Amino acid sequence: MAETLPQLLVENAERWGDGRIALREKEYGIWQPVTWREYLGHVKAFCLGLVHLGLTPEDTVGIIGDNRPEWVYAELAAQAAGARSVGIYQDSIAEEILYIADHADVTFLVVEDQEQVDKVLEVIHRLPRVRKVIYHDPRGLRNYPEPLLMAFPQVEELGRAYEAEHPGWFEASVARGKATDIAILSTTSGTTSRPKLAMLTHRNLMSMARNLMAVDPLEPGDEYVSFLPLAWIGEQMMTINCGLTVGFTVNFPEEPETVQENIREIGPQVIFSPPRIWENMLSTVQVKIEDTTRMKRAIYRWALEVGYQMADTLFERRRPSLGLRLRYRLADWLVFAMLKDHLGLRRLKRCYTGGAALGPDVFRFYHALGVNLKQIYGQTEVGGISVVHRDGEIKFHTVGRPIPETEVRISEAGEILTRSPAVFVGYYRNPEATAETLQDGWLHSGDAGYFDEDGHLVVIDRLKDVMALRGGTRFSPQFIENKLKFSQYIREAVVFGHDRDYVTAMINIDFANVGKWAERRHIAYTTYTDLAQKPQVYALIRRDVERTNADLPEAARIRRFLLLHKELDADDAELTRTRKVRRRFIAERYQHIIQALYSGQEALEVETEITYQDGTTATIQTRLHIEEVA
Amino acid sequence: MAIQALSLRFGGVAALTRVSLEIRRGEILAVIGPNGAGKTSLLNSISGLYRPQEGSIRFFPAPDDEEGVELTRRRPDEIARLGIARTFQNIELFRHMTVLDNLLLGRHIHMRANVLTGGIWWGLAQREEIEHRAVVEEIIDFLEIEPIRRQPVGTLSYGLQKRVELGRALALEPQILLLDEPMAGMNVEEKEDMARFILDINEERGVTVVLIEHDMGVVMDISDRVAVLDFGSKIADGSPQEIRSHPDVIRAYLGQEHA
Repeated sequence: MAETLPQLLVENAERWGDGRIALREKEYGIWQPVTWREYLGHVKAFCLGLVHLGLTPEDTVGIIGDNRPEWVYAELAAQAAGARSVGIYQDSIAEEILYIADHADVTFLVVEDQEQVDKVLEVIHRLPRVRKVIYHDPRGLRNYPEPLLMAFPQVEELGRAYEAEHPGWFEASVARGKATDIAILSTTSGTTSRPKLAMLTHRNLMSMARNLMAVDPLEPGDEYVSFLPLAWIGEQMMTINCGLTVGFTVNFPEEPETVQENIREIGPQVIFSPPRIWENMLSTVQVKIEDTTRMKRAIYRWALEVGYQMADTLFERRRPSLGLRLRYRLADWLVFAMLKDHLGLRRLKRCYTGGAALGPDVFRFYHALGVNLKQIYGQTEVGGISVVHRDGEIKFHTVGRPIPETEVRISEAGEILTRSPAVFVGYYRNPEATAETLQDGWLHSGDAGYFDEDGHLVVIDRLKDVMALRGGTRFSPQFIENKLKFSQYIREAVVFGHDRDYVTAMINIDFANVGKWAERRHIAYTTYTDLAQKPQVYALIRRDVERTNADLPEAARIRRFLLLHKELDADDAELTRTRKVRRRFIAERYQHIIQALYSGQEALEVETEITYQDGTTATIQTRLHIEEVA
Repeated sequence: MAIQALSLRFGGVAALTRVSLEIRRGEILAVIGPNGAGKTSLLNSISGLYRPQEGSIRFFPAPDDEEGVELTRRRPDEIARLGIARTFQNIELFRHMTVLDNLLLGRHIHMRANVLTGGIWWGLAQREEIEHRAVVEEIIDFLEIEPIRRQPVGTLSYGLQKRVELGRALALEPQILLLDEPMAGMNVEEKEDMARFILDINEERGVTVVLIEHDMGVVMDISDRVAVLDFGSKIADGSPQEIRSHPDVIRAYLGQEHA
């Protein structure tokens, strides 16, 4: 039984040899295959080349570059020699590379091309431990005199020579590997501070892959396209850990720009992407549909309506009627099959989204098409995924149930805690952070969450951003705001309630969408302020607020809201330039409105000073209605 | 290649007057000069589009070939076959064809199968097509145009079209590449890319490059030698440093009184 990833590779190579494709890379317009035997051959040659150059089990190999077979060879080669690897994001600037390479004690850097070499050379004098910088795309590097530089094939050549002198060295080294050896150092997304390096053992990585595959089985011969940064734990998990565990084929796109096209060519059985990718795909479809003929648009609209009915029926776990099934069959034949084929989604068994919230509309769209899109939850420190939607148990606002061998509980403070064989062993050279995160075997995620009545985990927000009502009920303003903003009629929302008795919201309507909605209903309006105060618009937004409330625990529901007379604007310092709400500033500026929200009055008069783009100011005076919900 | 006492006239207008110029194997030679100096006429004479009335252009395909081949009386397609490719000042591509097809057209001179042999047995044509596609794909990789491989040329940006045209010239697998203002109308970033490609073509593929260019920064940066034309005559040639301080060049560019 294989204990380490290189042992798994050796097993797979013995089992399948040249009979199955392990990897594919599109190059020169053709998908160039690598069989399992060749895969092992590259790893072995590169490993022995590094050993010849002085790699020891105490070392770390740093890897920077786009998704290419060489990336994967380098990681497994390091592990086969008893060492470990650390992936560095390919868009890191020189200083970031320096920080990670230095902090992780990197002795060998494997980089893709001239771009990465240039960045590394910029800081190489501050990395005295680095012995070689190995590149695999030689373009433009012919005149670099740097003695530290070496080409990937050259190292493999050294490795093959080493093999001739030391036959059996590689096999013995791989066999010595233990499940408890550190396999990789994985950078944690440090949005606030320097990234930390999570130490993950072979046992961590392999148990996570095994348990995910127990829930969502894949088989050898299935296809997967690897296009997100391999330095990210999610991609590491799919490409290497699951890839070796299952033996499916990993495909590397030609260029980052050709990903969409390459996905279509491969037609993968599984995709794992952050929400951005799913949202982009949806908006591409919407744009194209708007451009097509009226006839096709009508058919598309009809089919999508049928798709939504089907999806909603299944979400509610009801049996679709015969009529619906027949109509869905027709819709699939007319529209969905072709659409999915176009997007490369036709052969999907399932696909995942994670990392951030994905709007229910996006979810419904893919399920209407018959694409089994599921939410996951996890973090670097559990080797990727710990919680996932089960097939047929999709709920938009949850992330599903824990995978096997994984215990998840909620602490007194509302924090999500995880215990499983995949939980990491600590941060590299950072005992303080380790002690904070890992207590009695429980991983403290820093995320706030709760379990719903079906045992599904709901992730609310980062714990530090969670606030409490006077009664002690915890709620996350951002979580509620995001839910409100899933509505196309709501542009911006600010939720209050810290140390208050209940939750209230101040909402900005989306002028364009609500305006169009009003025109269709022959509701006359003049300005933004006028439109926002129409009773019909209040009724419209009220429905969205009620929908949001339905997903919230009783005590944390929005009790009262109002539609603001002006749009929150970065020019008025109410939002940051990246459109994040500046909570404290708004609380101060609109304190009379907030008071009114908590006073029980039905309306208030406001007077606000606004700054025009040319710097002049003006005062608006208007009466704002406050709506009571529930 | 040795150009000797080349003269070209259109009626009474002399486009080139007794121009002599040596193009050395493996170099990047820039031809500069004010508008109407005869730079493009020179390239057109080399590639056979114009027939000079006097003088000779001898091309030495192999290093040990003392004799050489006379180009002045040859047709453009014969000259292309000898290994001399070019791009044009205004892009000359088939706008409705894809990038890939345009590049494959560049392989035309290397095709052996014709209508007759293709009609009898298509095995040869098929094998040939695979070979040519491999060459073209290698060029696509070299010029980093994978994402646009299947797009019609007409839909591409100007800078990319220029790159595709360069690719088509490369598809000929030339010994000498003549580039007529490869960077005209490009932004700084596109120019940098193009300069890098020209250097790579010269150094990695060993192609001799002759380019006409107005951007002096680029000329001084990438060329090994510079030749200056003015009113159809060569007034100087030499290293970029020599040219920069050459009194005749300064006079031609800035006018008499500044010199």
